[in-house]
Amino acid sequence: MIAAVASGTPGEEDAGDIPLSQRGPASTEIVARFGFWLFLLSDIVIFAALFAAYAVLAKETAGGPSGAQLFDRTYTLIETACLLASSFTCGMMSLAVERRQGLAIYLWAGITFALGLAFVLMEFFEFLGMVAQGAGPTHSAFLSAFFTLVGTHGLHVTVGLCWLAVMAAQVATLGLRPMVMRRLLCFGLFWHALDIVWIGVFTIVYLGAG
Amino acid sequence: MENAGVLDPQGPVALAERTMLFNATAIMLAVILPVIILTLATAWWFRAGNAKARYLPDWEYSGRVELVVWAVPALVIMFLGGIAWIGSHQVDPYAPLVSDAQPVDVEVVSLDWKWLFIYPEQGVASVGRLTIPAGRPIRFRLTSATVMNSFLVPQLGSQIYTMAGMVTRLSLQADRPGRYPGLSAQFSGSGFSDMRFEVEAVPDREFDEWVSRTRAGPDALDQAAYAALAKPGTAEAPRAFASVSPGLFEAIVGGDGGMMGSVASTSSHAQAH
Amino acid sequence: MFGKLTWSAIPLDQPIPLAASGLAMLAGLAVLGLITWKGLWPYLWKEWITSVDHKRIGVMYVVLALVMLLRGFVDALMMRTQLAIAAGGAQGYLPPEHYDQIFSAHGTIMIFFVAMTFMVGLMNFAVPLQLGIRDVAFPVLNSVSFWLTAAGVLLVNLSLVVGEFARTGWLAYPPLSEIAYSPGVGVDYYLWSLQISGVGSLLSGINLTTTILKLRAPGMGYMRMPVFCWTALASNLLIIAAFPILTATFAMLLLDRYLGFHFFTNELGGNAMMYINLIWAWGHPEVYILILPAFGVFSEVIATFSQKPVFGYRSMVLATMAICVLSFMVWLHHFFTMGAGADVNGFFGVTTMIIAVPTGVKIFNWLFTLYGGQIRFGVPLYWALGFMVTFVVGGMTGVLLAIPPVDFVTHNSLFLVAHFHNVIIGGVLFGAFAGYTYWFPKAFGFRLHEGLGKAIFWCWFVGFYLAFMPLYALGLVGATRRMQHYPETEWQPLMIVALIGALVIAAGIVLAVVQLVVSIRQRDATRDETGDPWNGRTLEWSVPSPPPAWNFAILPEVEGRDAFWARKQGGRKHPGEPPPIAPIEMPENSMVGVVIAFFAVMLGFALVWHIGWMAASGLGGIVASGLARAWTTATTAEISTAELGEGSHRKGAPA
Repeated sequence: MIAAVASGTPGEEDAGDIPLSQRGPASTEIVARFGFWLFLLSDIVIFAALFAAYAVLAKETAGGPSGAQLFDRTYTLIETACLLASSFTCGMMSLAVERRQGLAIYLWAGITFALGLAFVLMEFFEFLGMVAQGAGPTHSAFLSAFFTLVGTHGLHVTVGLCWLAVMAAQVATLGLRPMVMRRLLCFGLFWHALDIVWIGVFTIVYLGAG
Repeated sequence: MENAGVLDPQGPVALAERTMLFNATAIMLAVILPVIILTLATAWWFRAGNAKARYLPDWEYSGRVELVVWAVPALVIMFLGGIAWIGSHQVDPYAPLVSDAQPVDVEVVSLDWKWLFIYPEQGVASVGRLTIPAGRPIRFRLTSATVMNSFLVPQLGSQIYTMAGMVTRLSLQADRPGRYPGLSAQFSGSGFSDMRFEVEAVPDREFDEWVSRTRAGPDALDQAAYAALAKPGTAEAPRAFASVSPGLFEAIVGGDGGMMGSVASTSSHAQAH
Repeated sequence: MFGKLTWSAIPLDQPIPLAASGLAMLAGLAVLGLITWKGLWPYLWKEWITSVDHKRIGVMYVVLALVMLLRGFVDALMMRTQLAIAAGGAQGYLPPEHYDQIFSAHGTIMIFFVAMTFMVGLMNFAVPLQLGIRDVAFPVLNSVSFWLTAAGVLLVNLSLVVGEFARTGWLAYPPLSEIAYSPGVGVDYYLWSLQISGVGSLLSGINLTTTILKLRAPGMGYMRMPVFCWTALASNLLIIAAFPILTATFAMLLLDRYLGFHFFTNELGGNAMMYINLIWAWGHPEVYILILPAFGVFSEVIATFSQKPVFGYRSMVLATMAICVLSFMVWLHHFFTMGAGADVNGFFGVTTMIIAVPTGVKIFNWLFTLYGGQIRFGVPLYWALGFMVTFVVGGMTGVLLAIPPVDFVTHNSLFLVAHFHNVIIGGVLFGAFAGYTYWFPKAFGFRLHEGLGKAIFWCWFVGFYLAFMPLYALGLVGATRRMQHYPETEWQPLMIVALIGALVIAAGIVLAVVQLVVSIRQRDATRDETGDPWNGRTLEWSVPSPPPAWNFAILPEVEGRDAFWARKQGGRKHPGEPPPIAPIEMPENSMVGVVIAFFAVMLGFALVWHIGWMAASGLGGIVASGLARAWTTATTAEISTAELGEGSHRKGAPA
């Protein structure tokens, strides 16, 4: 990040002896990426609040089923594998973006999309199964917190899938102009952040259910 | 004023709290009054038209001044922080009051929009008036059958929230017989302003008389009576109940005030810390 | 077809709400009519509504805040009148169901749509100018942020006409705000308007933080930034860290209300204490989001009017950032009376007091900034001195409330109400007016009327003490907040004094309107030809008033603190030819902000009333606007050297 700042700053010729903070406005690339980082931080804070709520309410099953009774770890492990793999393919897509390899971008984007979609569908059917067993979100505070935390993550992944589809259309219609490249790289950040959040969800919610 | 609230303490808790209020105010006034005067005096002396004032256009730092500037508030706050820390242990609502006298237990339930007081040992209850013996500590256990409220008798000291499904605790004492107004200090809906009650502190002997008189009364706080009481509305006048269904308070804490007896041992459920 | 919405939602049977909503609608229609009659729509659309210029957006924020100040203050007057009457057996003229809406709306409006909006407006206007740059990091996003705030404002005001507002207090504590106890649409209006405007606040926080950290004029190192920029940075960092908590908390309450979840209900394991913890984890930082920029304004004003640099700049920066961090460690002091135990209460009592240390340092540093100055008693300095005198009293009562045993008897009392009005009026509002008077000539090219400015100050200052000192006293004798009537007739005289205080403040507000009109009419006499009406120290005074859209044709080279003052004193240390003017790119106007806000209002209204098709259209509209923007490729326009040369020296007409 720091190296990027230095190299992207105008007036590089005498940059050596000027402190970093005094070199004037940063480039659009850096500004956009930095702003998006801040957005991701704020998104993480939302998840932090939902995690806190889940931690408080995890034992409040109100006589209903607990996490240990409801969760199928093998199933969620497959879900997790899909998402982690999609993070890898998303990283490959980002590399292709940086190398401006159009076909590779579509290929990796397609695989990322498929893996993400598999994750979302698996989560959807997990939810559906729970509701069918009478363990919907209205049945206890624990279930409310569970559906909200995991569902919010799922909603983020869904939004990410829509974003990815839009980006594919943008690459097709607008080409790899700086604006589109920026957005593709921001998408990569977003997708990795969701991965990190999911690792928290998997550890605390599914593995923590005992 | 007829009753001067926090400024006219009538029990040990309120007295300790007023002492802390006065002491902390005095300490801080010793700092802020000079600051206010210095601010106005400095601004006036260094007014643009004053030829006698020395203009120091570049004076922007002095290590010594900075030291004082950080040290003064830090020292005051260290002192007051000590008061806060020690005070919150001295006047802990959950700690029993030190006393030779036998404490009285009272269970408090906030309803929409009235206060129910249950005397578990005496087996009586009252609404809208809390009769207590002066000079004996009162140990309250409090909950809410509805939204959150806060139980407060300004002249006796500390308030505490009442919350559904939870029990909070509080110890207070009235040193002298008298009538002290009480209220809910947490907004709870349209009848909130009328959610007043009166504490009637009576000599110990009279308290026993009040209990026997109440026991001889006609009304019983059974399931039907409680259900009627729990309906939203303000209490018209204080009233008392000669008997109380056993376990009513715990049933209310269990969220089950209307179906007494069906819930067992919910008392430990979600105690407030 | 229309969900829960029926004709009964319009309060035809209640005279006071009907009159209030009627008047509000008439006023709105009158303004719209006047604009149409004068043919101002094309001008407004092109120059303001679709503008992405941070200065214009800043001005619009301030205008919005001033309009909402009127609304919030009418609520205040109604409450004070009610309490001046409703003693003994009297019930006053406002029944509880109406009174409860008024105090809830008053708090919500004053915090979110007056104090916060005003501060965001000042930051938007001044920060890029002070940093020596041409705009914020994301100009179009800035417009979106503003219009989302405006959308929230519109929803709150719609509740006056269609339906009702929350009757729960401004923080909507559950279980009272749950559907079981508040089945009406009031809480939904509250939640959706704050969710929508909250998104705006968050985006604005991201925008200004990025601006301050990544876009500064060459040479403007961190330790050369004006103190106002530092306080703006701290405030916006707090927005980024705190507002998501509010969003998440409100989302949970919405799920409880709309879909029967059990986060905060009394049933099935819900926990209302969690809401109270979460809301204050946002709420206490929010207090500093408001006060820190005000501190920044005072630092600028006191230095400028003393004609001296801020004393102890590094201490000021350190104190600001200390407050920023500490503000997340004190939230529990809002509910010492929940029974958390002596250790927890003691800990949070002490952390709360520790915040008083950096705040005290700031007070002393302002005092030493005055010392040795050549002080001109302009109107902004009146506000600053009034602040210093008033704020220390509020600080004192704040520390009192931080002592848990003292809080046990004063919590939720009128003493508490007096305390937070003492710091919010004496701190934030005085800061807002100081900033308004200080930067007004920069924004419009002429000064505000001086005599009326002083009259406004004295009305607020005297009115504040008259209105709130009695509340301190009443709180100590046992009066609690949010009561609609009280049996103690002996409280009535002080309640009447408080009403008189509110009326004196009302005179100040009326005079503020008069001042604006008079100043516009006499603008030729108070024209600011130099761009530097106060002998300023920072870069915003180095450009013409009003500044050209691009602020600086050539970015200034900064060589130290108080860059403009240094330039005026002795010129640059390395004199040389300024670089030649080159053409620059500036962002084009965009209607995406106002269009998204339109759909956001539609979405919010539909959700309040459970109108499915309308909600879907609103959401669809937002997505479509976003997509349209994503495919907009021509987002900037070039400003030629000829235009730059002309605009940068233009003797501006009022913006």
